[in-house]
Amino acid sequence: MLEAVDVRRVLPGPPPVTLVDAVSFAIDRGEFVAVTGPSGSGKSSLLYLLGLLDRPTSGMVRVDGIDTSGLDGAALDRLRLERLGFVFQFHFLLPEFTALENVLIPIRRLGRLDDRAARHRGAGLLADLNVAEAADKYPGQLSGGMRQRVAIARALANDPAIVLADEPTGNLDTANGRAVFDVFERLTAVDGRTVVVVTHDIDLAARTHRRLHLVDGRIVRDQPVRASAA
Amino acid sequence: MAVTLLLDIALGHLRRRRRQTLVSVLGVALGVGFFVGVTALMRGFQQYFIAQVIDVSPHIVIKDDYRAARPQPATLRWPAGAVAVSGVKPRDEPRGIRNARAKLAELEAMGLAVAPTLQGQVILRYGTRDVPVSLYGIEPERERQVTNVERDLVAGTLDDLRSTANALIVGVGVAERLGARRGDTITAVAPSGVSMSMKITGLLRSGITAIDNGQGYALLKTVQVLQGRSNVVNQIRIRLADIAAAEPLARQIEARFLYRTESWEETNRNILGLFVVQNAIMYSIVGAILLVAAFGIYNIVSTVVYEKTRDIAILRSIGFGRGEIQAVFVIEGVVVGILGGLAGAVVGYALIELLGQVRFENVGGIMSGRDGFILAREVWPYLVGALFALIAAAVAALVPARRAARLNPVDIIRGAA
Ligand SMILES: Nc1ncnc2c1ncn2[C@@H]1O[C@H](COP(=O)(O)OP(=O)(O)OP(=O)(O)O)[C@@H](O)[C@H]1O
Ligand SMILES: [Mg+2]
Repeated sequence: MLEAVDVRRVLPGPPPVTLVDAVSFAIDRGEFVAVTGPSGSGKSSLLYLLGLLDRPTSGMVRVDGIDTSGLDGAALDRLRLERLGFVFQFHFLLPEFTALENVLIPIRRLGRLDDRAARHRGAGLLADLNVAEAADKYPGQLSGGMRQRVAIARALANDPAIVLADEPTGNLDTANGRAVFDVFERLTAVDGRTVVVVTHDIDLAARTHRRLHLVDGRIVRDQPVRASAA
Repeated sequence: MAVTLLLDIALGHLRRRRRQTLVSVLGVALGVGFFVGVTALMRGFQQYFIAQVIDVSPHIVIKDDYRAARPQPATLRWPAGAVAVSGVKPRDEPRGIRNARAKLAELEAMGLAVAPTLQGQVILRYGTRDVPVSLYGIEPERERQVTNVERDLVAGTLDDLRSTANALIVGVGVAERLGARRGDTITAVAPSGVSMSMKITGLLRSGITAIDNGQGYALLKTVQVLQGRSNVVNQIRIRLADIAAAEPLARQIEARFLYRTESWEETNRNILGLFVVQNAIMYSIVGAILLVAAFGIYNIVSTVVYEKTRDIAILRSIGFGRGEIQAVFVIEGVVVGILGGLAGAVVGYALIELLGQVRFENVGGIMSGRDGFILAREVWPYLVGALFALIAAAVAALVPARRAARLNPVDIIRGAA
């Protein structure tokens, strides 16, 4: 489903900076993976590579079985639109649009649903994330937790197979952080999506299936999480 | 792909910067408005001027001289030979268009309105006053078809030239300088010294100083007698239905008859050239205004790109391509351009109405009898102005839009996190 083969990302210097170093792994469909590691270890850099926002210096990223190394920019844009959903630490909603309109942006961009069906889907997603009442509010009128849920709803708008989240709870209190992980659990267990989440929170990381631990751009540990760890 | 989505995003950005958008729109509106107003003013005046000139004068004049020396016998005899004849001294031959009657007939057969004229300098004398005038000997019936002299007569008719012996029509300025009035008998003196008593039967006011202060009209036969050049015609004057055809036809006639043939454009070249300079100056000013407006658009789009880098990264992460990001910001410029164009049309219209209200003292000359601006109310300046605004807006927005498209989403997200 999501695979990295000897992925290396080096910023051309001088001096050259190695962000991600010879990383290899394969993540299955329905897997819930935490990426952990100290600050500056390259977690975000790895996520950008998996999310096709950045290209590896060498090695290959395979998304949904597709080798992305030979694809041009437009094809990568297309893959992001159809198969990937991003959630960032800061909510990153467009301030000029209401919550519902934000969720509708990827749907409209893809253009597969007509206006009614799109609105129906958008409203459904907001309801799934318990923020139905936020639909017609602007991001500025929402609390941090609500914004992050709207952002997750937007990431799910085009029914992506893979959801990538970079410290999605970093800005939230414990209760809201748990709620976000509840959603991720459901996405993997119920919907069968793949979720990769970067987190510093050990308790939350313990709720995932598998943990990739990075140090200095290298995977130093790749191990399953025992259910009892929580 | 939904263009409406890109438009929604672009409009969202502009709505956030309402004031700056308004200022940019006003900048464009001013540029377009001035373009429309200035065009109406300039073209109004120029069209009026050309109409005045074309109205009173013929469209083509065949004169009795040559632009170049005629082919010499030597070159005619050996056309392919290495013979060149230059510095040919003009032959001392009696001036006038030879076989004028045959040429008139030929031109008339082409369906043209033609009139023969003998034009020459004379001095009009009344009491102690001498006024030099350019005296045209005409045939009233044909003159009528070729110029609108008759319309500009403020006293008398062209037919008076036939019904009254030695009748003379002069410009009002001439009469004034002579101190003579209609009905007065004055003396006309030809360069040869021959003089003739003539009676002023009509007065002419064309609005063109050169005519009103320096021209006179009499019967062709009478002028031929006065100038001592019986049966001589030194100008054939032609009027056309389509004034645009004047120049090519003039060239054709000159090639046929060899006599110097001038179209109205050639005769008035200095004035038309002045118009070109006048237009260039005015349009440069308007262009400068539009340039400033374009900078306004560049400025607002640049600001939005700078402010919205985070949104650009979001859109890229959602799956928007570089082209779409660029389109969003170009659309912003184009929207300002369209709004500016529309507002500019209103400003232009208002400007024309305002100019139409302006009244000033009669300034005389070509403008005599008018106390306001002459405005050409045409549709095309609105369209051209709006089109220019749109192009300027798109180009101005393109620069920051390309910068936005080139932004790397990863750099932005890192910067924001
Ligand atoms: N453009 C850049 N130029 C230089 N160094 C960079 C650049 N981008 C990232 N880095 C460095 O690369 C390393 C990896 O960064 P990255 O953001 O991937 O780490 P991270 O594990 O996500 O850290 P954090 O937990 O703080 O988010 C860091 O040391 C960072 O300072
Ligand atoms: Mg990070």
